[in-house]
Amino acid sequence: MVLTGAEIVVRCLQEEKVDYVFGYPGGAVLFLYDELFKQDKVRHVLVRHEQAAVHAADGYARSTEKVGVALVTSGPGATNAVTGIATAYMDSIPLVVISGQVPTAAIGLDAFQEVDTVGITRPCVKHNFLVKDVRDIASTLKKAFHIASTGRPGPVLVDIPKDVTAQRCEFEYPASVSMRSYNPVVKGHSGQIRKAVQQLLEARRPMIYAGGGVILSNASEKLTRLARLLNYPVTQTLMGLGATPSSDPQFVGMLGMHGTYEANMGMHYCDVLLAIGARFDDRVIGNTAHFAQEQRKIIHVDIDPSSISKRVKVDVPVVGDVGEVIDEMIACLEQMQARPDAGHLDAWWRQIGEWRSRDSLGYRNSDEIIKPQFVVQKLWEVTAGDAFVATDVGQHQMWAAQYYKFDKARRWVTSGGLGTMGFGLPAAMGVQLANPGAPVACITGEGSIQMCIQELSTCKQYRLPIKILALNNRYLGMVRQWQELFHGNRYSESYMDSLPDFPKLAEAYGHVGLRVTRPGDVEGAIREAFARKNDLVFLDFQVDPTENVYPMIQGGKGLNEMILASEDL
Amino acid sequence: MRHVLSLLLENEAGALSRVSGLFSSRGYNIESLTVAPTEDASMSRMTIVTSGSDDVIEQITKQLNKLIDVVKVVDVSEAPHIERELLLVKVRAVGAAREEMKRMSDIFRGHIVDVSETSYVIELTGNQDKLDSFLAALDADLVLETVRSGVCGIGRGERVLKV
Repeated sequence: MVLTGAEIVVRCLQEEKVDYVFGYPGGAVLFLYDELFKQDKVRHVLVRHEQAAVHAADGYARSTEKVGVALVTSGPGATNAVTGIATAYMDSIPLVVISGQVPTAAIGLDAFQEVDTVGITRPCVKHNFLVKDVRDIASTLKKAFHIASTGRPGPVLVDIPKDVTAQRCEFEYPASVSMRSYNPVVKGHSGQIRKAVQQLLEARRPMIYAGGGVILSNASEKLTRLARLLNYPVTQTLMGLGATPSSDPQFVGMLGMHGTYEANMGMHYCDVLLAIGARFDDRVIGNTAHFAQEQRKIIHVDIDPSSISKRVKVDVPVVGDVGEVIDEMIACLEQMQARPDAGHLDAWWRQIGEWRSRDSLGYRNSDEIIKPQFVVQKLWEVTAGDAFVATDVGQHQMWAAQYYKFDKARRWVTSGGLGTMGFGLPAAMGVQLANPGAPVACITGEGSIQMCIQELSTCKQYRLPIKILALNNRYLGMVRQWQELFHGNRYSESYMDSLPDFPKLAEAYGHVGLRVTRPGDVEGAIREAFARKNDLVFLDFQVDPTENVYPMIQGGKGLNEMILASEDL
Repeated sequence: MRHVLSLLLENEAGALSRVSGLFSSRGYNIESLTVAPTEDASMSRMTIVTSGSDDVIEQITKQLNKLIDVVKVVDVSEAPHIERELLLVKVRAVGAAREEMKRMSDIFRGHIVDVSETSYVIELTGNQDKLDSFLAALDADLVLETVRSGVCGIGRGERVLKV
């Protein structure tokens, strides 16, 4: 069947069973939008800024197992999308971003709305393509979805010049992809896995350190099984929250800069570390030289060989899909019948219990002023720990990570690697569309929310009943915290002056807005918000402006050099 | 430590910039880089001379392998291999220097590939050391222009880089 390039693009999306495309039209994508208009299988969500289109596709992908799709026009459409693409790249989120380009004859001539999109995005995509021939569209899109969703996932951009979308050719969607240069390893090396299991069984002070790779590989149930089989403590990175149930006694909390005392001490003093789908990020282990002072054997399971021995030297590398490798580890354990030494393990758990008894997440609540931690705790209680939680970036993000206990994977949607303010609301839109009827919260701050606040309009158009919980402390809180601790209380430009009246702003967009100023009203307000099943409710919590995120490891310090509270300074 | 990496990559637009972009964005050194299509027109072969600790070279190799367009990467310098580079040098050749230049070219087994009344272009291939010593042996005032190709490397014996 002979189709136009634009028809082919839409047919490809249908073949890939894409139900939502997040986008914004413009000159270079007019033919594509015309084809979207003529069909109803692929639904288009009109955002108010291209950055939000990519974040929404990202939130959609994180909360499902599917590839998120965004569609933007050339020039500013593409440059606006870059922040979203880089966000997805840093967190390994599978996306296909289709961008329009000026007609092929105009490329390189500084045409209206022309930028070198493939060049600009090259460092922040898993791969990108410029399609110069209509006959290549179908095979390129097939490859794009394949590359985005296999191996270590990531965003793939496909740039299509306008004239190519108008040309015609015979359409046939390829049934499969074969690329000689791209064949990600799935199964781990059996010898290495056996070695890893042997090491694990010999451990006296073991620790399982799980990252976002466990979530991406849909391996949380498998990891939970492995952890229970061994009865080893589990810590998770910011990206790994939900990899095993947080309510499980084996979970010792998030680790890293704002992780729990027991997680960081356990990580530092363990003798065998199983790192799984994690990458020893600087916000996780801090100073690598300090980390290396304690002797420990490290087993590292990751699908991306370049993640292994990048920052920390590893003893037993296992390259492969996390889920497949865990399966084989469990099989190996069952076959061996050996179990860890109970005496040593008991002693280790006692030690962890001692660290845990420091209650590093304890905070002084107040009757007068709302503590931000209290809001997150109440949200967790009211939603019974089963909401989807998207966040922006800053103090509120850390409190959300610390106090909302995730028992399931893919409930936690946050920009970990890039740390993108403005991510929360559009990501929550993607989550809500992917999970209609499910409770979706966006925990944000008065700084972050203003970076993509225009999306309140999108939420109205598509009737997305997101609950926005703004922890409004009238400061760029994390910046203020660092200025307080490391820059002599000089609050340079971290005060948010001239804030809008958020509840009124929400009302102006057609939503419900509530301001909460007293601790006693927090729970009621959250309950009311979630009771309004069909409304977006903007909860403006006036929280303690001086509250800091603890515990904390200062930049450059080691895992056992934590500040537990302001008294430690 | 200096390493010579050989890559086979898809002969696609932009493949070269993916490789060079990787080096600049991750702060790796490139001493030289040469690239040309292979006998299989769908693939190019690239030789990169770089330097770094073993850890850095390991990362470079892994990161290169991660690029979708890269089909294969080998470190040819980790086993016996041959390196060659091409030098074209234009020299002033008048009076006594005219004979002297011819002699120097012969000593280094170069070829004079262009002759004018006042200049020669000398072609020389060899490893980097040989080319460096040739240039050092010439009277610097008489060197008008030089151009070097960058290193090409290939393993000795049965070692073959092929898909």
